[in-house]
Amino acid sequence: MRKVYLDHAATTPLLPEVREAMLPYLDELFGNPSCLHDWGDAAREAMDTAREQVAQLIGAGADEIIFTGSGTESNNFAVKGMALAQQSKGKHIIVSAIEHFSVLHSAKTLEKWGFKLTEVPVDRYGMVDPDEVRKRIRKDTVLVSIMHANGEVGTIEPIEEIAGITREHNIPFHTDAIVTAGTIPVNVQELGVDALSLAGNQFYGPKGIGALYVRKGVRIMPLLDGGVQEGGRRAGTENVPAVVGLGKAAELAKNDMASRVKHLSHLRERLLAELPARIDHMVVTGHPENRLPGNASFCVEFIEGESMLMLLNSQGVAVTSGSACTSRALKASHVLIAMGLSHEIAQGSVLFTFGIDNAEEDVDYVLEVMPPIVERLRQMSPLYAKFTKTGKGGH
Amino acid sequence: MYSEKVMEHFMNPRNVGEIENPDGVGEVGNPVCGDIMTFYIKVNGNRLEDVKFKTFGCGAAIAVSSMVSEMAMGKTLDEAKKITPRLVAEELGGLPQNKFHCSNLGAQALSKAIDNYRKKQAKGGKK
Repeated sequence: MRKVYLDHAATTPLLPEVREAMLPYLDELFGNPSCLHDWGDAAREAMDTAREQVAQLIGAGADEIIFTGSGTESNNFAVKGMALAQQSKGKHIIVSAIEHFSVLHSAKTLEKWGFKLTEVPVDRYGMVDPDEVRKRIRKDTVLVSIMHANGEVGTIEPIEEIAGITREHNIPFHTDAIVTAGTIPVNVQELGVDALSLAGNQFYGPKGIGALYVRKGVRIMPLLDGGVQEGGRRAGTENVPAVVGLGKAAELAKNDMASRVKHLSHLRERLLAELPARIDHMVVTGHPENRLPGNASFCVEFIEGESMLMLLNSQGVAVTSGSACTSRALKASHVLIAMGLSHEIAQGSVLFTFGIDNAEEDVDYVLEVMPPIVERLRQMSPLYAKFTKTGKGGH
Repeated sequence: MYSEKVMEHFMNPRNVGEIENPDGVGEVGNPVCGDIMTFYIKVNGNRLEDVKFKTFGCGAAIAVSSMVSEMAMGKTLDEAKKITPRLVAEELGGLPQNKFHCSNLGAQALSKAIDNYRKKQAKGGKK
């Protein structure tokens, strides 16, 4: 059976070049970069190179890059660390309603610690209106955090405009660029952000490694205390092989970005156009133009996402869904609900995310196996029966 | 995540469909929790002669519906009323903890269909 991995939003595979770059640091170059002997020097030099590579990817200075243990850690660090560092100035923070849980839940934790939280709504495409951010800024606002793009629906947010507003008010602005850094051009100067999160496993680097860009002069309180690693801002012996891998992945991403974007966009466009042409009552979610190159997200009416996911898996196709049944908390994706979709429609969420190894034949295969799966589940669905009898319940 | 038995019932669900002019219908669930099940029954001499279902929901919900329909087929109404979510889960070789309550509504839907039949009877319907 054909195996088609279309869940690159969850994680990407490791590129062979990245693996090769990492191997010596799992073997003979095992030193601790904090040490002053040859072993330490070798590890430290490797970290310096990687820091430069990551900085180059996003147009930052190497001394503005802090390595972390994951994208989630970067987001936690940015949101909690920047808010806490400025709490003497005020205790109000603003995030969007569709942030990743690592931002949203960090903000909720700050709420428990006495901060006030305001969520900015999104439109039906998952787009934040910069004016909606402006309206919510208060005298005591000390942090705004809006994601660069949403991984579930692919919508790319107007970060430059939002950054212009926060700059007017002199409020630090963080963006979660975990699904964009290494995938589309990301430049901290052009975006105008003060902090930016990224993660290795989103662009063919290793898992368990992330980075946080913090603009020089912006204050952040460390979450991990201990030694003086990462300029005293993130203690703990560094994961050197993963850092090296992240650096290599960043370098490759920068070099190959244009061709990757072209390839992914082509596959995405085909699926976005051709799948709804073969399956009726299926809607594209997310923004029609401003979307991630590899993201094709849909809601299929009258059926539920997990059962779709399982039947696709039985045909060798790996996807994900934002349905309530696929989440551990049994809640439909907060992103789809924030976009104004009904629970019924959100239940039919299915997300295909392409990667650089995918080919035309993968799209062909999905176009072949998906319609019978939808048909099969609809034949089982009481909602579909009701719709075919009464014409009610369709959108 | 799911037991072999759940996967088997999910991939090959038994008794999917509707019964024309059913003797009883029972519907449970809502789209917020994610699962909606409708059971249709045909009764003959106090026995379930036919049981069919339609389900909108996850793998567990579909497997549960299929299993309930199989367990109920041919039973007397009183016997069928004794099918509990726990028994269904046991027959399926267990269900994931978080799926137990929301996806395990099959027995409830069947029970509602039986109640619906009895109500109609009491009102002096057919049979």
